[in-house]
Amino acid sequence: MAENKLKLTGVHKRFGSKTVLNGINLDVPKGKSVVVIGGSGTGKSVMLKCVLGIIRPDSGSILVDGKDVMRMDTEAREETLRKFGMLFQGGALFDSLPVWENVAFGLIQGKKMKRRAAKEIAVATLAKVGLGAEVAELYPAELSGGMQKRVALARAIATEPEIIFFDEPTTGLDPIMADVINDLIVERVQDLGATTLTITHDMASARKIADYIAMIYKGEIIWYGPKEDVDHSGNDYVDQFIHGRAEGPIQMEVLKP
Amino acid sequence: MNIFAAVGRVVLTLLAETGRLSLFIWMGVSHLVRPPFYWRIIGQQMMRIGYFSLPVVALTAFFTGGVLALQIYYGGSQFNSESIVATIVALGITRELGPVLGGLMVAGRASAAIAAELGTMRVTEQIDALSTLSTNPYKYLVVPRLMAAIITLPALVFIGDVIGIFGGFVVGTQSLDFNSGVYVKTTVDFLQLDDVTSGLIKASVFGFIIAIMGCFHGFNSKGGAQGVGRATTNAVVTASILILAANYVMTSLLFSS
Repeated sequence: MAENKLKLTGVHKRFGSKTVLNGINLDVPKGKSVVVIGGSGTGKSVMLKCVLGIIRPDSGSILVDGKDVMRMDTEAREETLRKFGMLFQGGALFDSLPVWENVAFGLIQGKKMKRRAAKEIAVATLAKVGLGAEVAELYPAELSGGMQKRVALARAIATEPEIIFFDEPTTGLDPIMADVINDLIVERVQDLGATTLTITHDMASARKIADYIAMIYKGEIIWYGPKEDVDHSGNDYVDQFIHGRAEGPIQMEVLKP
Repeated sequence: MNIFAAVGRVVLTLLAETGRLSLFIWMGVSHLVRPPFYWRIIGQQMMRIGYFSLPVVALTAFFTGGVLALQIYYGGSQFNSESIVATIVALGITRELGPVLGGLMVAGRASAAIAAELGTMRVTEQIDALSTLSTNPYKYLVVPRLMAAIITLPALVFIGDVIGIFGGFVVGTQSLDFNSGVYVKTTVDFLQLDDVTSGLIKASVFGFIIAIMGCFHGFNSKGGAQGVGRATTNAVVTASILILAANYVMTSLLFSS
């Protein structure tokens, strides 16, 4: 296996009395795509936010290119974070900025690029996700859900990051648009040669995007392997999840009538 | 019900909130004095907080000056009323009513708008997105609003002072038949630079309070639309209370000698 671009070891996080991450161990090889599947509330988004420093874990280590981000000073951590791009579940586009400025944001703020040059790159990046130049001057509220997701994808890749996170990239989209997003993710990531970590509960998306699949359950990674092995994992939890069965070892909290 | 537990819970919650606010103020102030500065955003916020608050501050000041003139006159100072009314209107507006009422009106307007905007950004993950795009949220969101409020509130209050004294003049000369020349001369004779500057110093502090409470409650929004609504209300209420408390403290400090 290639060297790890990202390595999580024993990562714990609690909110009050609720344990969300219960010792996460996850390797993300360089240049590969790892998809983490799991039900709602299993800690997937919290795990991503711990890596990005948005949430501070209680314990454990998070290595990026072999260096522990939790032990870095602020400047070193900010420098490391420049390697990352992220596509948020809801897009998280900035309402007060036009589309081109959303896409160019990381170029202008992070790379100190001049606005005109950044705008040219933004328009070119929008074209890579299938959006024309006429969209550049619109505001996020004027776009459909699918277009917003594509703009968010463009923003995530505009700075040509080494590591890209995708937080439920197809949630809320119709099946056709979801497949369009999946294809765009595969193409653009291949183009960049980036390492990616995706969290989703959309199995169609997982199968298309992933090189490796990991399943998270109650704050722990309970299975990890190549995507081809997920259908015969030998793990009853994985089996129940990927086939979408209500019956099985995973018990969802549902109020009985 | 255990009364001690209930009281203890309230006290602990208050202490925790005070601690969170203190840390937030420290973060805001520490970034206020360190580059980079987002001058375009500071300019935009000066327009929103300052320029667009002019009408409400002007109207408040005008009617306050007029009412003050009436109240002093009808309150029993009918002997030598021209100099008494003119003096008290000038001193009352510049030292107290201008900064306090101006601050409260701007708190209702600007603090609410800041909390709503930042609260919406929080619940839609836009603030998290800033962190992933090499941008410090305190620098990008809080500092411009702090700087804009600290600069524009004194300007607003100064304009309010002029309009408020003019309001008193209008009522005095039109309704109470004062001699306009005597009114103006008395105002100029009794009004001192310290009276005006004390009001402007208060205005600057009130501007800080307005911006920091709007930003604090917006940053800490949670729970979707209801949470944003709650943040907006709390921002206005806490800013208003702190303005009144700070006014008392500053009046003691500025006028004790």
